[in-house]
Amino acid sequence: MHSLLHHDHGTPAASGQPVTLFIDGAQVTVPEGTSIMRAAAVAGGAIPKLCATDTLRPYGSCRLCLVEVEGQRGYPASCTTLVAPGMKVRTESDKLAQIRRGVVELYLTDHPQDCRECKAGVRCELHQMAEQLGVKEPRYGLDGASHQCAKIDDSNPYFSFDPAACIVCSRCVRACGEVQGTFALTIDGRGFASKVVASQDEGFMESECVSCGACVESCPTGALTEKSMQQIGMPEAVVNTTCAYCGVGCSFDAEVKGQEVVRMVPSRAGKANRGHACVKGRFAYTYATHEDRIRTPMIRKKITDPWTPVSWEEAFAYAASEFRRIQEKYGRASVGGITSSRCTNEETYLVQKLVRAALGTNNVDTCARVCLSPTGYGLKSTMGESAGTQAFDSIMQSDVVMIIGANPNEGHPVFGSRLKRRLRDGARLIVADPRETEIVRSPHIQADFHLQLRPGTNVALINSLAHVVVTEGLVNEAFVAARCEKEPFERWRRFVAEPRNSPEAMESVTGVPARLVRGAARLYATGGNGAIYYGLGVTEHSQGSTMVMGIANLAMATGNLGREGVGVNPLRGQNNVQGSCDMGSFPHELPGYRHISDDTVRGEFNGAWGVELDSEPGLRIPNMLEAALDGSFKALYVQGEDPAQSDPNTQHVTAGLAAMECVVVQDIFLNETAKYAHVLFPGSTFLEKDGTFTNSERRISRVRKIMEPLAGLADWEVTIRFAKALGYEMNYSHPSEIMDEIARLTPTFAGVTYEKIDREGSIQWPCNAEAPLGTPTMHVGEFVRGKGKFFITEYIPTREKANARFPLLLTTGRVLTQYNVGAQTRRTPNSLWYDEDRLEIHPQDAEDRGVVTGDWVGVTSRAGETVLRADVTDRVAAGVVYTTFHFPESGANVITTENSDWATNCPEYKVTAVQVVKVQQPSAWQKRFQEQHEQQMKFLKAAQGETHG
Amino acid sequence: MDIEHLADMANDIANFFESELGKEEAHKGIRLHISRYWDPRMRRAIIDHVRQHGDGGLRPSVAAAVRGLPEPPAVT
Repeated sequence: MHSLLHHDHGTPAASGQPVTLFIDGAQVTVPEGTSIMRAAAVAGGAIPKLCATDTLRPYGSCRLCLVEVEGQRGYPASCTTLVAPGMKVRTESDKLAQIRRGVVELYLTDHPQDCRECKAGVRCELHQMAEQLGVKEPRYGLDGASHQCAKIDDSNPYFSFDPAACIVCSRCVRACGEVQGTFALTIDGRGFASKVVASQDEGFMESECVSCGACVESCPTGALTEKSMQQIGMPEAVVNTTCAYCGVGCSFDAEVKGQEVVRMVPSRAGKANRGHACVKGRFAYTYATHEDRIRTPMIRKKITDPWTPVSWEEAFAYAASEFRRIQEKYGRASVGGITSSRCTNEETYLVQKLVRAALGTNNVDTCARVCLSPTGYGLKSTMGESAGTQAFDSIMQSDVVMIIGANPNEGHPVFGSRLKRRLRDGARLIVADPRETEIVRSPHIQADFHLQLRPGTNVALINSLAHVVVTEGLVNEAFVAARCEKEPFERWRRFVAEPRNSPEAMESVTGVPARLVRGAARLYATGGNGAIYYGLGVTEHSQGSTMVMGIANLAMATGNLGREGVGVNPLRGQNNVQGSCDMGSFPHELPGYRHISDDTVRGEFNGAWGVELDSEPGLRIPNMLEAALDGSFKALYVQGEDPAQSDPNTQHVTAGLAAMECVVVQDIFLNETAKYAHVLFPGSTFLEKDGTFTNSERRISRVRKIMEPLAGLADWEVTIRFAKALGYEMNYSHPSEIMDEIARLTPTFAGVTYEKIDREGSIQWPCNAEAPLGTPTMHVGEFVRGKGKFFITEYIPTREKANARFPLLLTTGRVLTQYNVGAQTRRTPNSLWYDEDRLEIHPQDAEDRGVVTGDWVGVTSRAGETVLRADVTDRVAAGVVYTTFHFPESGANVITTENSDWATNCPEYKVTAVQVVKVQQPSAWQKRFQEQHEQQMKFLKAAQGETHG
Repeated sequence: MDIEHLADMANDIANFFESELGKEEAHKGIRLHISRYWDPRMRRAIIDHVRQHGDGGLRPSVAAAVRGLPEPPAVT
């Protein structure tokens, strides 16, 4: 069922030259390529239809949209017939009405007769058509063969399929293919026996269906219906907001009943997602009201003490007094804070402001430290701005797409679907990844080149790609001469041309056959618009920043920057990673990526904030933990972040946390870090507050409040009150006022206001006097830094090397249904698909160890040991193992090391040398974890009992 | 601060600047990078290390860079 707000035009928009025709006597002008159905809808009419909807290509099966065209015989379907100049169309006549009524009558003979029996209720399009056409009951009776007793498929936790209500219009099948690109659904059988089935008729849950919900939304009847709508009832209002999962930043129309979300419908007007969604954004929002939500502030003296529930005022007073006590005793710089990439821009801005202005230190960092911080360093150095270059729409103009170290169909599924659509339409594909991910090979998709490199050899690969471009005369000389600094380019050209950087020389390093590297380089350089999209497989390495520079070098050398269809684009892991970086979350930078040592910039903030800011850079997250262990860092304020699960070398992280005297955690759940906390501020979800998120394409979108914060305060209000308790006043009555301050102090945000975002839907920064409506494509005409700068990207092998003791290389990632540390998705039915982290291991390596799928295996590295269940698969190459990090008890980060990117300290999650052996019991760490977990949960339950009692 | 870890970090920084600027000039890039991204207590630790142990565990370009670092402010 479509969104409450949606006015369906029947077929997709076209973009040709204007064509004028006449519909029912009225003159209508639409682009060439438009269907008669859409032209009529644009003119305000509505031709009856069932199988057509404007997200799908016309299909012409229901025969309800027939029209009469002057000079043409018969009754063409208006959905499949395109407009022509001067065409005269009649959409209503006695004959048309007779045909349409006949069609509807036939449908009704095999459909629940009562709207109440059809789960779409009054919004069942078939019942609407019947009413519109004056059909009360079919003249043929209801006694014939039908599907009314067909079994309902209730297997999916989020929606059900009732074949009795299905009219076999194929909208669901087409949505699965055209929009999602999974092709899990089909029409099985012929004639009367035709029915919709998932995969080989094995039910939705067991099929290849990825539960994106596109089929449910496109269903015109109640055949496919959200269970939430069956349970809660029809929604009464719509609130537009932005998803709080990955960095695609999908726009949603939240359909609500009172303060309860009935369903989330991806907004057709959403410029990031264009009406599509994934299983997380559309369905997995119920964590917001999960029983595990923290609803009361709590404090305790020691982490081995039980929690004491307190009022907000007591919690603020206690936290503030502890921070001031610690600063008095250990010094001003003995405290710090971590901002959240899941919170809004405004909240992130306030946390860094609190740390810098109220606490007087620059010890503030963000979880982007551990994911994409090298992007900022690499792109700012080469091009002048710490962000991706394109809008997601740009992919539709790409001819060659190179995906490096990213798995978009799992990590950024809505972008993954658009990518697949572009590939099906003819774009070519290069994938550089140690694993054979879905985008390498899936229905109707086959990468032209899969460069299955060894973990840790990215820079060797990018240099050998560049070597081919330079030595085979594929450099875009005109672009480089006009747009880039000459001398650095010449040095780089000489460097990559050296024989040691050739694909043949690097083959033994990367493991990628030289012929594939040469073919991929030629394709990227000569195949038309070449676009690079990359993920954490690029940044989470000891040479993460070098690799980002290498990517920028390659794009500049081939002229693939500064227009639509090209570019260098990081796929940000979390919803507001870009925003948290933009908002000054790094210890060396104020909002807008301006260094803290810049006297002029600092002076502006001094004036606005009424303080004298420290000019020295502060500690990064790993440095804070180091400093905690050496006794110089004693208190931490963590908003919406869980370093005890997400950061590398868990035992080192928890030792650092345990060494602190006051850890304040602000979160919606008692996460792993909160087990080491002394103060717990209840957090609020994206449904409980106003604000903005900024996605991977620099798009600033509104988050709008749907329900009251469960604990009474939104996250931005908590930070304001904490600051006040520290003696620093922040006077804002609404997040829009925070954004106004951000705009006043940040040149790239100078033109951003809530009023403008509300009007435009969303805005891509930079948004200022030069670009009042924002900037979809960066570096047009010239780079932000002026001329683009090439850097030498020497390949330096990581110190994390496989050897006889640790012969395999572990790399990590995430799956579609779970999200990062899993705090949200583990508390939704998404866990039905993925309920534990598993270790993928190649069949050869498994056989060597006597391991089969399902066995428990010990995974040991130089940092630690954990135990996971094995999944034997050739998705990974021999010598490589892979796991996810969604479940804390798995201890995936017990084995990752503290090796990090040279420039930013982004951890090298993607390369850990390990040994794998078959075992029979959990690791020593897992046993300790379980004991501590049980104790901390006991404390929490006791505190909650106290509150409720 | 764990000086071994700081030395590893500094040596990794040196790897980049030695190839970007050349071994003779690398110390300038390293010095600037450490000045811009390291908190004063980290700079203090590596300065003290070089004063007490010379180049011990550090690439020559790092030691040269550290010797040129201005005194960091006291962490208060």
